[in-house]
Amino acid sequence: MCGIVGLFLKDRALEPELGVLLAGMLITLCDRGPDSAGFAVYGAGIPGTIKLTIRGPRGCDYEAVIRQLQAGAQALPHAVRDTHLVMTVPQAQEAAVRAKIAAMPDLALVGSGRRMEIFKEVGRPDRVAQRFGLGTMAGSHGIGHTRMATESAVTTDGAHPFTTGPDQCLVHNGSLSNHNALRRDLIREGLAFQTENDTEVAAGYMSWRMREGDSLEQTLNSSLTALDGFYTFVVGTESGFGVLRDPIACKPAVMAETDRLVAFGTEYRALVDLPGIDMARVWEPVPAKAYLWERH
Amino acid sequence: MRTVDLSQTSLRELNGALHRLRADTNETHWRVLNPRGQHAIAAGIDAPITVEIEGHVGYYCAGMNKAATVVLNGNAGQGVAENMMSGRVHVKGDASQAAGATGCGGLLVVDGNASARCGISMKGIDIVVKGSVGHLSAFMGQAGNLVVLGDAGEALGDSIYEARLFVCGNVESLGADCIEKPLEEHHKADLSKLLEAAGINGAIDPGSFRRYGSARKLYHFHIDNIGSY
Repeated sequence: MCGIVGLFLKDRALEPELGVLLAGMLITLCDRGPDSAGFAVYGAGIPGTIKLTIRGPRGCDYEAVIRQLQAGAQALPHAVRDTHLVMTVPQAQEAAVRAKIAAMPDLALVGSGRRMEIFKEVGRPDRVAQRFGLGTMAGSHGIGHTRMATESAVTTDGAHPFTTGPDQCLVHNGSLSNHNALRRDLIREGLAFQTENDTEVAAGYMSWRMREGDSLEQTLNSSLTALDGFYTFVVGTESGFGVLRDPIACKPAVMAETDRLVAFGTEYRALVDLPGIDMARVWEPVPAKAYLWERH
Repeated sequence: MRTVDLSQTSLRELNGALHRLRADTNETHWRVLNPRGQHAIAAGIDAPITVEIEGHVGYYCAGMNKAATVVLNGNAGQGVAENMMSGRVHVKGDASQAAGATGCGGLLVVDGNASARCGISMKGIDIVVKGSVGHLSAFMGQAGNLVVLGDAGEALGDSIYEARLFVCGNVESLGADCIEKPLEEHHKADLSKLLEAAGINGAIDPGSFRRYGSARKLYHFHIDNIGSY
């Protein structure tokens, strides 16, 4: 099961509404994945800085955390959203802040990038979206996932999206069968994995290919041979948005495109409230074909 | 004509009302508004009525249909007209995977494309797709006709029993035990009837199709006994 959604805005006038539109899509797919949910939003970036998304335990004293992370330096822009903290850090200080986070045992650095912020938790997707205030977020594109776990435990770490590189994230409907062997290969290539989850390996594979210089399109195309199993993926990068289905097309998918947006949903139900949907081109992405859109 | 707006009325109420109709009902024409991708719209009808649906639907629309005509002015999700027994289902947009799956009778017409596994395990249904069909269409098809005006994807007719497949365009590959067979005059006559039933009589020459069917090497069936089936 599982439900995945993605929204890529072509019309910048819609950017303030990204969160509220994505939340509506995600909540519609609650019944496809009620155990946990997550989403990544590509919001505004400040040149020369990196956004770090940090996850702490419930009730985490983020005021104290922020004081520690800023100690001895200037104030850093930040936002606390439920169990997550997003800090915007000058690139020159990134390594130092990362080291401080690593030294705090209750905290985990769950994502980084110039524009990407990532949030995920166990619980019903509608409540997860509400806790993080997804409806208040703005951005150019975002992806989301409602999970019905099959391949690994219901934990926050096992929730999607998975991110294994800066501004890169992926949501997955399906299950991979060659993830253990591929994980070992990728560890040899220097990638690090946080979980036993199959999807994290797909994300890691794509990060590896892009690190080696492949474009998102090349990465999606080579995934068709590297990844064995069932998958519909929606992938985000700093400026790109991609969709890929396995050659057997085991998992459902539907897309819609208008002059203003591109949307992906596991089911059409997830798309029905998008602006202009009645006039949109609606189609099923064909198997084994990489679809992608780039922000210019 | 009775109009049901699914933004005002629940899907259960609609389907319940459709299921209560008897063969001699006077409420023979229904219109459904705002389907909004919901699943199983107009599934399980057993009355000679017409239902028009205005918009895209989710899974299993018009599933198990018996006697009714269901016209969908939009795209269908997976399994449209699944296990149809009789009647007619007309999708004016595209159909997702497994359109007409396990159908026993009736006619399914898709004006656009149908995705993978169109007519999987078909058991007597006739399916006319004006666009193309995806991979593994007519997989394990047992009876009925699949007519495709466009192309067919990989492994057409894999492990097919006795369904007849007619494709006008390119076939990417044939599945196990599916072979091309000669298109004879009586096939052309049958094709003409199917095309006419689908509302495209005269627009396309039945002679431009190629016929595919079972090599009958894969399943344990003796052709001499075909009259018993």
